[in-house]
Amino acid sequence: MMNFLTYLINGISLGSIYAIIALGYTMVYGIAKMLNFAHGDVIMIGGYLIYIFASSLGLNPVLSIVIAMAGCTCLGIVTEKIAYKPLRNATSNLAVLITAIGVSYFLQNFALLVFGANPKAFTSVVSWEGISLAGDELKIQGVTIVTIVVSLIILLVLQLFINKTRSGQAMLAVSEDKGAATLMGIDVNKTISLTFAIGSGLAAIAGALLCSAYPTITPYTGAMPGIKAFVAAVLGGIGSIPGAMIGGLLLGVVEILSKRYISTQLADAIVFGILIIILLVKPTGLLGKNIQEKV
Amino acid sequence: MKKLHRVLSVATACALAMSMLAGCGAAKTTSSNTFKIGGIGPTSGAAAIYGSDVRDAIQIAVDEINEKGGINGYQIEYKFEDDEHNAEKSVNAYNTLKDWGMQMLVGCVTSAPCIAVSEKTHDDGMFQLTPSGTAVNCVQYDNAFRLCFSDPNQGKASAQYIAGNAELKGSTIAIIYDSSTEYSTGIHDSFVAEAGSLGLNIAVDSSFTVDSATDFSVQLQSAKDAGADLIFLPIYYQEASLILTQANTMGYDPTFFGVDGMDGILEVENFDVSLAEGVYLLTPFSATAEDELTVNFVNKFKEKTGHVPNQFGADAYDAVYAIKAVAELKNVTPSMAVSEMGATMAAGMTEVTLDNVLTSPTTITWTADGEPNKDPRAVIIQGGVYVLAE
Repeated sequence: MMNFLTYLINGISLGSIYAIIALGYTMVYGIAKMLNFAHGDVIMIGGYLIYIFASSLGLNPVLSIVIAMAGCTCLGIVTEKIAYKPLRNATSNLAVLITAIGVSYFLQNFALLVFGANPKAFTSVVSWEGISLAGDELKIQGVTIVTIVVSLIILLVLQLFINKTRSGQAMLAVSEDKGAATLMGIDVNKTISLTFAIGSGLAAIAGALLCSAYPTITPYTGAMPGIKAFVAAVLGGIGSIPGAMIGGLLLGVVEILSKRYISTQLADAIVFGILIIILLVKPTGLLGKNIQEKV
Repeated sequence: MKKLHRVLSVATACALAMSMLAGCGAAKTTSSNTFKIGGIGPTSGAAAIYGSDVRDAIQIAVDEINEKGGINGYQIEYKFEDDEHNAEKSVNAYNTLKDWGMQMLVGCVTSAPCIAVSEKTHDDGMFQLTPSGTAVNCVQYDNAFRLCFSDPNQGKASAQYIAGNAELKGSTIAIIYDSSTEYSTGIHDSFVAEAGSLGLNIAVDSSFTVDSATDFSVQLQSAKDAGADLIFLPIYYQEASLILTQANTMGYDPTFFGVDGMDGILEVENFDVSLAEGVYLLTPFSATAEDELTVNFVNKFKEKTGHVPNQFGADAYDAVYAIKAVAELKNVTPSMAVSEMGATMAAGMTEVTLDNVLTSPTTITWTADGEPNKDPRAVIIQGGVYVLAE
């Protein structure tokens, strides 16, 4: 039983990281209607920034995360301005999708050039040991608890931001109808930039938690979690913020439990198999809105 | 218009013919005076640490040989191409080197590219000696040999070492291997087979894949639950460093036993080296050995690159000397055609006995199927350096 709980908590922790990454995917998709495949690589850049400031220069971890968030926010805005904005009115959505894949490869190879291919061991930003329950039988690591708490806080703050602030309302409006939002005097470009800024800032936090839980960093660190988080976003219903959270948690728990109780080799096959089944039954994802096209 | 076309095409044909002639002439004059040895391996990408050591170690051996008068009186020209640990790029690198006039190949460094390139060298009859391609199929053809142990031999030797070591013999063993690489699977399979016949106790046999190579909590937890006190890690050091860190945060402290892929773990940037204390690894080379040959090689290597060479570098250094020994035994000269040279070298490999080498405590000989005969060495990491184990 204690074992099962340990695995479950590990799964929730992994799922929380997927969830934070998935939030970035889902927000950008919901508002700009594009899949930002470079999101995973922004996480990697965030991880390297924290590595530089915290591990190499010995700065306070929290301060390093703040600097990394600022760095990633700038990166997100600049990428959007240079690579995505000129294509926003392109006839095909495919153009901006391919550009996003291009940006992803660009960032990976850029990191390869600057930081080298060799993995670097990442010093966890959480120095707390964690807690022991049930007479040392159940140990929960500090980073696990912090990850779960941080992801819940992010979810709450985002919900409040979107529902209670003017900028948040503007985002909702743009996501519902870009044309009408423009007519109502909302600056669509500014709103989309803001979305990228928030998504990329979250990516830095995800980078800190990802690299602390699995303490290594390479130029490819963000690639696989990025894809899994994308799956989580689709599973939960892309465009929906609570959906991304649920999708992420579900994915993490299923992955860890199937690794333990079914097969370490089949874990990924099972995760993606579940995705296919859910999409067959509910094509818009768990919490996705089923919007009727008006003719 | 038609006329112009004809004039143009004749002119192009002439130019082509001229350039071909020029090409032939150039190739002939250089190839008869020097041996052209090529090398292929990853000097960028995830496996760059292996390829760059091999590249530099070959250069050191080539410089030494050239300084002392070359092979049979002929100097060596050497060129190395990057393959990024990618089979397709490796074949491209091979073609580039062939255009340059390569006569013998030291490579590839990693298994999958090596298998791809061995198809090409087999077609061309070119002599190929891989310093570190451990997969069985790397040397499936007559023209290809290897300097390192093959995967099955490493797995077998590891099981034999554990069974013969008084401290490790009675351990409860857990295995964590990478089921998505041929390297790791090959060692794992032969280890399990040999362990079975030696009566070793394998309690947990778990794996991961390249896509899930960051979270080892499940594998470690099941090893801990099964009471394993020895974990066999037939994997590369990148994942191994993560496993050591995660085991430590779990408060789990078994003995870890790695093979040659573990070599490099002390070089991971920012890695807490104290976690690797007491790790065993089966590696043919120890940079801290005090014999004259090792000291000379390590010093030259440090001077050139600024870091201590890993086992791959030592393999490559020995590989160049193996080529020298065989070429001198068989009186190979650069004027031979590539395939003639390949056949002669391959015949010589089975006759030569290479002594005074970095990667074996005794000598190395080769069998006709391309495998080396040499004794394994185990080292323990103590105080951040390799110490030869009993």
